[in-house]
Amino acid sequence: MRITCPFCGERELGEFTYLGDAKPQRPSADAGEDAVYDYVYLRDNIAGVMSEHWYHGGGCRAWLKVTRNTLTHEISAVEAAAGAGAAKVGA
Amino acid sequence: MAGDQANRLTSGGLIDRSTALSFRFDGENFLGFKGDTLASALVANGVKLVGRSFKYHRPRGILTAGSEEPNALVELRSGARREPNTKATTAELYEGLEAASQNRWPSLNFDVMSVNQLFAPIFVAGFYYKTFMWPAKFWEAIYEPAIRRAAGLGRAAGVSDPDHYDKAWAHCDVVIVGSGPAGLAAALAAGRSGARVILCEEDFVLGGRLLANGGTIDGLPAAEWVARTVAELEALPDVRIMTRTTLFGVYDGGTYGAIEHVNDHLPVPPEHQVRQRLWRIVARRCVVAAGAIERPIVFAGNDTPGVMMASAMRSYINRYAAAPARRIALFTNNEDGWRTAETAIAAGLQVAAVIDARPDVSPAHRSLASKGGFPVLHGSVSAVDGGKTGVRKISVSLTGGARAEVEADGLAVSGGWNPAVGPTSYHRGRPKWRDDIAAFVPDGVPPGMAAAGAANGAFGLGACLREGFEAGAAAARDAGRSGNIGSMPAADDEIFSITPLWHVAGKGKAFVDQQHDVTASDVELAQREGFQSVEHLKRYTTLGMATDQGKTSNVAGLAIMAAVSGKSIPETGTTIYRPPYVPVAIGAFAGHHRDENFHATRLTPSHHWAAELGAVFVDTGLWKRAQWYPRAGEKDWLESVTREVKAVRSGVGFCDVSTLGKIDVHGPDAGAFLDRVYINAFSSLAVGKGRYGLMLREDGIVYDDGTTSRLAEDHYFLTTTTAKAGLVMQHLEFCRQVLFPELDVQLTSVSDQWAQFSIAGPKTRDLLQEIVDPAEDLSNEGFPFMGAREVKLRGGLKARLFRISFSGEMAFEISVPARHGEAMARNLMIAGEPFGVTPYGTEALGVMRIEKGHVAGPELNGTTTAGDLGLGKMMSTKKDFIGRVMARREALVAPNRQVVVGIKPTDKARRLRSGAHIIPKGETPGPENDQGYVTSVCFSPVLDQWIGLGLVERGRERIGEIVRAHDPLRSEDYDVELCNSVFYDPDGGRQRG
Repeated sequence: MRITCPFCGERELGEFTYLGDAKPQRPSADAGEDAVYDYVYLRDNIAGVMSEHWYHGGGCRAWLKVTRNTLTHEISAVEAAAGAGAAKVGA
Repeated sequence: MAGDQANRLTSGGLIDRSTALSFRFDGENFLGFKGDTLASALVANGVKLVGRSFKYHRPRGILTAGSEEPNALVELRSGARREPNTKATTAELYEGLEAASQNRWPSLNFDVMSVNQLFAPIFVAGFYYKTFMWPAKFWEAIYEPAIRRAAGLGRAAGVSDPDHYDKAWAHCDVVIVGSGPAGLAAALAAGRSGARVILCEEDFVLGGRLLANGGTIDGLPAAEWVARTVAELEALPDVRIMTRTTLFGVYDGGTYGAIEHVNDHLPVPPEHQVRQRLWRIVARRCVVAAGAIERPIVFAGNDTPGVMMASAMRSYINRYAAAPARRIALFTNNEDGWRTAETAIAAGLQVAAVIDARPDVSPAHRSLASKGGFPVLHGSVSAVDGGKTGVRKISVSLTGGARAEVEADGLAVSGGWNPAVGPTSYHRGRPKWRDDIAAFVPDGVPPGMAAAGAANGAFGLGACLREGFEAGAAAARDAGRSGNIGSMPAADDEIFSITPLWHVAGKGKAFVDQQHDVTASDVELAQREGFQSVEHLKRYTTLGMATDQGKTSNVAGLAIMAAVSGKSIPETGTTIYRPPYVPVAIGAFAGHHRDENFHATRLTPSHHWAAELGAVFVDTGLWKRAQWYPRAGEKDWLESVTREVKAVRSGVGFCDVSTLGKIDVHGPDAGAFLDRVYINAFSSLAVGKGRYGLMLREDGIVYDDGTTSRLAEDHYFLTTTTAKAGLVMQHLEFCRQVLFPELDVQLTSVSDQWAQFSIAGPKTRDLLQEIVDPAEDLSNEGFPFMGAREVKLRGGLKARLFRISFSGEMAFEISVPARHGEAMARNLMIAGEPFGVTPYGTEALGVMRIEKGHVAGPELNGTTTAGDLGLGKMMSTKKDFIGRVMARREALVAPNRQVVVGIKPTDKARRLRSGAHIIPKGETPGPENDQGYVTSVCFSPVLDQWIGLGLVERGRERIGEIVRAHDPLRSEDYDVELCNSVFYDPDGGRQRG
C-alpha cells in the first residue's frame, strides 16, 4: 500500500503507523464521563470508505487523515491533520 | 551407460554443445550442456525415474518443463546449501551440480514405503482425520512421527544458510510479466513510447513458448525475431530486462513482489554477491503476459514415468535437443497437442499413434498421420502399462466401445491450456469461464493491471503479439507516455479447437494432483461426503495445497467435482488465489535482517569507552547499554554491581543515561500543552526548574513518566523512558496536531543530539567543580534540588545541567552535544580520579531505584493507575488532561486495587524473586487468594538483603504485615514483609543535601 503524504509525496506503507478511526472527536473538558467513554471505546467497524488517522513516523512526523476503502484498500484522499506542519490553527 | 547423453538429439536446441557440464544425480555421474536444466539433462541421459510420490511412494518422472512441475522435485546441493523441493525443471545446470531424489528409502529404485500402495484404500481423502483420531495419546507418540517419516518432501539443511539474500526496490511505469510473444510485444510498445519498463522473466532465456514452439513473426523465424526484439529493447535506455525473476505477488497501490534468482545457477555465489534478491516493484501499470499452463487429462496410470505434457515434450525436443522417448504416443483433446506430433517427426522420432478425444481431426493432421505412418485413434487413454522404467504400453478406449493398444515408451498428453490466472486474481478476483477455449480467464483484475496473450486466453501467436502490443501501448499511455510506438509485430493465428475432457474412467489410480497424490476417486469421495465446495474439496483432499499450488491440477479437480455433483464448471468455481506464485525462501524475505542485523543497533555516546573498560552490555530495545563494569577478581555480576552501588552511595559514580527519550518543546503555548498531556501542571513551573511528570493514556492508565525542565519561558526539555521514547513522541505529535491544533507549540526529538550522564553520590559536587567552569555556582543555594539550566564547562563548551536524582543521592544529570559524549565520559574518569569515581551500569541504576522506591517499567506495565503507583495526588483537579475523566472510573479508584508496596523476605538470607505471587498467611495458594505479585527485585547493599517492589492488594494499608511469596515456577514459598516502598533515605535528605 502507498500513501501520498501532503508533505513528502507518495511513500510506502512501512513509513506509516496506523492509529484508527479519525471520526471520533475528543470531548470538551466539561463533557460527561459517558461522552469520554464513547470517545475512548466506541468504534464503528466500517466495511467501506473510512476516514483514518495515520502517522508518518518514517518521514515528516505529520499526522494524516487518510480516506481509505477498507474493502479494497483504495485511498481516495489524504490530508494533513489540522495542526500538522508549522502553522497554528486560527493564527 | 551413465553420462552418455544417449537421448540427446544430434542437432538443434538452445544448448551450448561446446560446454559440457558434469553433474551428479543420486550419486551417479552424468553430463549435460550449458543451457540445460537439471530436468533436460536427465531427459538427455534417459533418466525417467526422478522421485517417489508423497503418499503412495509411486515412481514418478518429469511431467512438465517449467515452474508448474509437481513431480520432479529434488534436493539440490549439499551440506548447509541443501535446498529441498527444488524443481528439476527450473534448476539451471552448472558444473558440479549435485541433486538427490526425495521421499524414498533406502533408494529410488527400491523404496520400502511403496508398500503404501497396497494399503491404498486407507490413504483416501481425509485419511488423517479418519484414521488417526483415536486414541488421542497415540497422536504425538506414534502417528505423527510415523506420518512425518513416511509422507515428507525433502529435508531442510538443518544448519544456518551461509549465503546472503538481498531486498531491493524498483520503480517504473510498466512492469511486464513474462517474455513470450505477448510480453516482448508489450515491452516493445511500452518501451518505444518512452515508458520506464521492467520486464520480468522467470526463465534464464527470453522468449517463453517461442523457445519450444518456433513459428514465424514478421517473416522471421521466431528465434531471430526474439533476438532482434531483445536487441531493440536493450538499446532503449529505460527498459530493464530481468531474467531469472518471477513476479510472485500483487499488493496494494501498484506494488509487486518479485524474486530474482541472482546466483542460483552457480554452485556458490561469487564473493560479495547474493544468492537471491527480493524485489518490491512499484509500477503505474502491469501487463501480465505470463502465458498459460498445459493441463493433464486424468486417466489410470497417468503418473507413470514417461507420461509427459505434450508442450513439455516440445520444450525438451526443440529447446534442449533431448528426446523424452523414442516412440511417442500422443493423447490430446485439442488442436494444439498435435504440434508435439509434428515436432517429434521433425526431430526424427517415431510417433506410435495419436489418440484424439475429439470427433474430428483436421485434414492437415490426417495427411500428417498418413505421411508419418501412424494411426489416429478416436478415443481416450484408459490405462498405462509401465512402472519405474517408464511407459511400455497404452490401452485406448475407442469411441464406440472398441479397445486398442499402443506400444510406446513415452506418452504426450494435452488436455488444453489454463491461462496463468494467479497474478490477475490476487486481489480476490474470480476468473471467469470461457466455453470456447474450455478455460478460466482473468476477471476482477487488480487496478492498473491487464492480461495479454495466452494469460488472457488468446492462444494464437498472432493474437498474443496483438494483445501484448496493445496492452503495452495502453499501459504506457496510462502512465503518461506518448512516444511513437512504431509498427506491431505480426504472425498468423493457429486454430485452437478443443473438446473438453477431464477424466477417463478406468481401473487403477488416476491422479489429479500428482504432488499430493490426490486421485479422481478422492475427489468423488469428497463429493459423497459433502465436501462439495471447492474450498472444502481443497482442504479435505489437500488438492492444490502442495508446493506447486495445483498449477496442473486445480482446474481438473474442480471439473471432476462439477461432473460428479451435476453442476457446471463456472457454477463450481475456483478457490481463492493467493501469492506467492512460486515458493519463495524465507531467507529472501528476511534479506540482510538476520543474526546481528536482525534489527538496528543503537550505541550510546560513551559505548566505545565503556567497551574499552570491559563493560558487559545488555540489549534494551535497540540499545546496547553498559549493564555493569566487571573488575579483575570479581566472581560474579552481583559482586560488581554491589561494588558500584556502594561506590555511588559513599563517593561518586556516573552512568550514561542518553537512551532516555528527549524532546524539546518550544512555543508560547508549550506550558499549556504540557498541562494537557501530563497529569500535573507544568505551566506553573519556574524557569530554571525541573519537575517529575506522569502521563496517562486516554483510558486513565499510566503511559509514561520522566522529568521535564523549563529552560526558558517558551522552552521546555522533556524526557521519556527509554522504552517509550518513540511512542511518546508519536503520542505528543498526535496531541499537538490532532487534539490541540490551536496551541502554538512545536516538538523536536533531540534524543540523538544530547549525550546525558547521571553523576551521583555525596562527592558529585567535588567532581563537577572540576568539569564545570568555576564561575558556575553549584551550591545548594545557587543550584538547588530540581534546578535546571545551561552552564559553561571548563574550556567553554555549553552544557545543560539538571539537579535530579534517580539514585536518591546528591546527583546531577549533565547533557552535552552527543559528539562530545565519549570525551565527557573520559573527562569524568580523569577529573574524578581523586574522588574514586566509579562508572556504573544499568544494573546498579536499577538497584538504587528500587532501594529508593522509584517505579519503572515493571510497575508502569500498562495496567496501573497513578494511584496504584502512589502518585495519585499528582493528578491536578484544576485542569483537563489526557486520561483525566477515565481515570476516575469506579474500578480504577477502587480501594482494593493492587498498589505498589515494598517487599522483603523475613529471612534476611533468602533471595526474593520477581514474579512470586503474594498470598495471605494461612491461605491456600490459588487464583482466589492471589493478592498480587513481586514486580522488581534487587540485592540491596544498604540493607544487606534482597528487597523488592510489588503490586499488592491494599498494599499501602498493610505495611508490616507478613504474607507468603508463593512461586510455583521455582517451587518456592516463603514469608515476606510488606513495607514502605522507599527503603533508603525516606525523607530525601541525601538528594537535597
